[in-house]
Amino acid sequence: MSLRIVVSSVSSDAHMWNLVYLQLLLEEGGHEVTNLGVCPPDTTVMDACRGADRPDLLVLSTVNGHGHLDGLRLIRALRADPELAALPVVIGGKLGVRGGDAEEGRRLVDAGFDAVFNESEQPAGRTLAAFGDFLARLAEEVAAPEPLVTGAPH
Amino acid sequence: MGRFAEFVRTATTAGRLVVQPRMGFGELARMRAGLTAVRDCRATTVGTITLDSYTRVGDYASARRALREGADLNGFPLLAHGAGTVRDLLREVSSDGFPVQVRHGSPLPLDLFRVMVAAGVDATEGGPVSYCLPYGRVPLPEAADNWARCCELAAGAREPMHLETFGGCMLGQLCPPSLLVALSVLEALFFHEHGLRSISLSYAQQVHLGQDLEALAALRRLASAHLPGIDWHITLYTYMGVFPRTPIGSYRLVEDSVRLAVHSRTERLIVKTPAEARRIPAIEENAEALEFADAVARKAAADCAVTNCPPPTDTGLLAEARALIEATLELGRTVGSALVAAFARGVLDVPYCLHRDNANAARAVIDERGMLSWARAGGMPVKVRERDAECTSGLTAARLTTMLTHNERRYDREDLVGSLLRGAT
Repeated sequence: MSLRIVVSSVSSDAHMWNLVYLQLLLEEGGHEVTNLGVCPPDTTVMDACRGADRPDLLVLSTVNGHGHLDGLRLIRALRADPELAALPVVIGGKLGVRGGDAEEGRRLVDAGFDAVFNESEQPAGRTLAAFGDFLARLAEEVAAPEPLVTGAPH
Repeated sequence: MGRFAEFVRTATTAGRLVVQPRMGFGELARMRAGLTAVRDCRATTVGTITLDSYTRVGDYASARRALREGADLNGFPLLAHGAGTVRDLLREVSSDGFPVQVRHGSPLPLDLFRVMVAAGVDATEGGPVSYCLPYGRVPLPEAADNWARCCELAAGAREPMHLETFGGCMLGQLCPPSLLVALSVLEALFFHEHGLRSISLSYAQQVHLGQDLEALAALRRLASAHLPGIDWHITLYTYMGVFPRTPIGSYRLVEDSVRLAVHSRTERLIVKTPAEARRIPAIEENAEALEFADAVARKAAADCAVTNCPPPTDTGLLAEARALIEATLELGRTVGSALVAAFARGVLDVPYCLHRDNANAARAVIDERGMLSWARAGGMPVKVRERDAECTSGLTAARLTTMLTHNERRYDREDLVGSLLRGAT
């Protein structure tokens, strides 16, 4: 099952190669990617996920060490918006300046991320594998037909 | 000619390579100490004040707050300190024998230029394309207008400023040299059009010594042809892409950038500090890297007197850069409007760059010779070898990673033998 995915950086991060890499990786997996590029204001990311543009998944990628701050602010805004509250959203990259802070990841999940892939916590290979597993599960869910209504006649 | 260019010319005449760090600290005292250490180290140096990222994006309130609260900044907050403080700092540390350049990275730097002119800064750098496309979302026409006003301010200063193009460094890696050379020349023409008379043209070390030598020779030829009667020199940057992880690998890459500078008769080199790949380097680490570069430069110059310099490749790079420049200049009455039109039509197109005003139809690869080449031309008048065109279909995420880490692998050989070289990693 192919997913429609929006890839984006966060507001303060101007790094570009991680976004180019992610787009190639996701397209190789058969997914359809819209890449928002570097330094998007929160409203740009939110507007790219509304209405007819609504993707199956929003992937935030950031490596400048401010991801734990910018990501937290953005996910709160997304979850507070009725139209985007249920949108699957994940964040990954190098999220903190200290490296290896599990507390950071937990805070992000608590605030509403469906998953956090923090390279500061574990080797990049394992982070990518976990991301791949997440995509596969989501693709299955999106492909699954609506659950049968209990008691409805067959 | 201001004292920045005067200093570089004097050093060149004496056969010395000018070396310069990338260095910036939030606190005034530490910035002063950094500049003093660079001035006093055993090398022919000019000073650098690199600005912090809040100031770069125009968020002066956050820079002021961080300064007030004593929080770590990743550079010098020029506006938060203000023109008076900067003027005093420069009076104290700089001189004819130690001019200082401010480095910023802003697509809309008009506020910064006002403070720089008021503070009497000798030199700065950037450009309407090179500080717009890679680092943000400001539309290119807006950046070009803003930079035009900046240039006019800098040119009209009591001591006219020296300005360096950043166009030779696009995205740090994986941009073919012909485009880097063309963009550097076009930004220099833009500066000149807006009144500047003292300019340097940048180029960043890439992945192949011969190709870099060919690129620097082309840059010199094109600068002579396009900038008659004005003062100019060339500035090389040590590789700006993914850096080796070991100190030995890092120093070897820095050493190669110094040799490249000497063999190409480049006047000034921006030296990378090996620690920079992981964190902001300490003052001493900067000074050590500069002294190392200076020592290698003297040795390389001496070697050249007895052995042949390595030869440049002959791949038609000059003709390709010239074609890009000419195709661009045809598109507008001014260099600024021509640059905007060229990007809109894809006549200039930085491979992989996601900015909305970049066509992003061109693709570059590191080919079987270890050189950067075009795999897809987009709308540009550049040559795609048949062999490289086939690469585009095979451009996977894994291949991209391999290309991005090409120099890291080339220079980190100590990893192959592990503990045999203790202390190497």
